[in-house]
Amino acid sequence: MPQVTLTVNGKSASVEVEARTLLVELLREKLALTGTHVGCDTSQCGACVVDVDGVSVKSCTMLAVQADGAKVTTIEGLAAADGTLHPMQEMFREHHALQCGFCTPGMVMSAIDLVKSHPEGLTEAEIRHGLEGNLCRCTGYHNIVKAIAAAWPLMHGKAMPAAAE
Amino acid sequence: MYDFAYQKPSSVADAVKALGAEDAKALAGGQTFIPVLKQRLNKPSVVVDLARLGLAGIKVTGEAVVIGAMTTHGAVAASAEIRRAIPALANLASMIGDEAVRHRGTIGGSLANNDPSACYPSAALALGATITTDRRAIKADDFFQGMFTTALEPGEIITSVSFPVPAKAAYMKFKNPASRYAMVGVFVAKGPAGVRVAITGAGQGGVFRHAAFETALSANWSADALAGIATPADGLNSDIHASAEYRAHLIGVMARRAVAAAG
Ligand SMILES: Cc1cc2nc3c(=O)[nH]c(=O)nc-3n(C[C@H](O)[C@H](O)[C@H](O)COP(=O)(O)OP(=O)(O)OC[C@H]3O[C@@H](n4cnc5c(N)ncnc54)[C@H](O)[C@@H]3O)c2cc1C
Ligand code: FES
Ligand code: FES
Repeated sequence: MPQVTLTVNGKSASVEVEARTLLVELLREKLALTGTHVGCDTSQCGACVVDVDGVSVKSCTMLAVQADGAKVTTIEGLAAADGTLHPMQEMFREHHALQCGFCTPGMVMSAIDLVKSHPEGLTEAEIRHGLEGNLCRCTGYHNIVKAIAAAWPLMHGKAMPAAAE
Repeated sequence: MYDFAYQKPSSVADAVKALGAEDAKALAGGQTFIPVLKQRLNKPSVVVDLARLGLAGIKVTGEAVVIGAMTTHGAVAASAEIRRAIPALANLASMIGDEAVRHRGTIGGSLANNDPSACYPSAALALGATITTDRRAIKADDFFQGMFTTALEPGEIITSVSFPVPAKAAYMKFKNPASRYAMVGVFVAKGPAGVRVAITGAGQGGVFRHAAFETALSANWSADALAGIATPADGLNSDIHASAEYRAHLIGVMARRAVAAAG
């Protein structure tokens, strides 16, 4: 069986998988990182989004073998060792951006990528466009959008440029 | 998903060889192929990953934009060079699926798959692109041969796609609100290959050119030139998302918006 060696949340892991094993299955079933969720089998809901080599990826739509050699960050890898939440997690809490929480790990991972890849700032329309691959059945998205806008200055260490607000 | 053997060759020649095996299939971004495997609609013996062939990259000259087959939709959308040369192409890429899909999905995979509601086939056809493979160059006019069907031979690998730079071009799509695939997408271009209008999302045979719109726009490049030209519903798709008649109507609306956007 293929052997996959990758770094997950800063720790190296070497795992035997089947060629057909999905990255999300490796994370959840082999590494017991069950924070990454599976909400659909059509690659549409985004509950499974993780960071692979610096970009958001649907881990249900990537084979584990494709992630050989990759650096993966999951929701479990965001908070500091002492439990201090990542600013995005903190803003989700602050702005009541979750209800049942099922979509939240994928939302947070997508949101972090979105904020990181927009150092020039984000408009509300850009945030909504950026979340098109993440479905939430509870919140109506409004507070998620607010949380992401609020996390931008915390992640970039400065106020959001006025033009983007 | 059925299990399969997995190979990740490091040269195009080795990949072609690996694809010579019975029921071998190429894997690019996996954003179509993996969902297909999950539904057990395909049972490959070997999956040949194209990731290590060095096929990603963008080259822009005065006359053409050349995009490597493994270039992601995200990379095309983010390319300042493409945005300058053919902004319509960067815009098209930025509207495919969602961020995560764009981080993995590739132009080569989209063209090889020729999904009747995919976006890129309309750009390739309207701009008169040339698709280069491991063994030959294929004109877009000859490449698309009906839904999910292309001129590719078994085991043939797309290596790059060359788009001639047009004077004017724009893409407008009416998105399926759930998947964001094109319910109707219209790519209009005025370029070295003349005025061309390619329609995706609508035809039962996949992407097609709209002769009546092309004639009208060749005489007068303006949205008004298309007013009153009805598109017959024959041969268009009817499904739970839209009837053939509604798609025929949307083709006119999207085409007028595209011409207006192209300026
Ligand atoms: C939620 C979602 C939304 C989407 N929305 C859109 C949309 O709005 N518009 C749109 O156009 N697409 C959309 N897509 C499809 C997406 O663009 C795919 O990435 C694309 O169609 C296939 O590219 P891929 O690199 O993922 O190819 P894969 O899935 O890896 O492969 C697709 C097929 O092409 C073959 N293939 C791949 N590369 C090559 C090559 N270089 N040479 C020969 N054969 C090859 C494979 O063998 C396979 O048969 C969406 C997908 C998802 C999951
Ligand atoms: S579980 Fe991956 S997109 Fe739904
Ligand atoms: S909080 Fe329940 S699905 Fe989003």
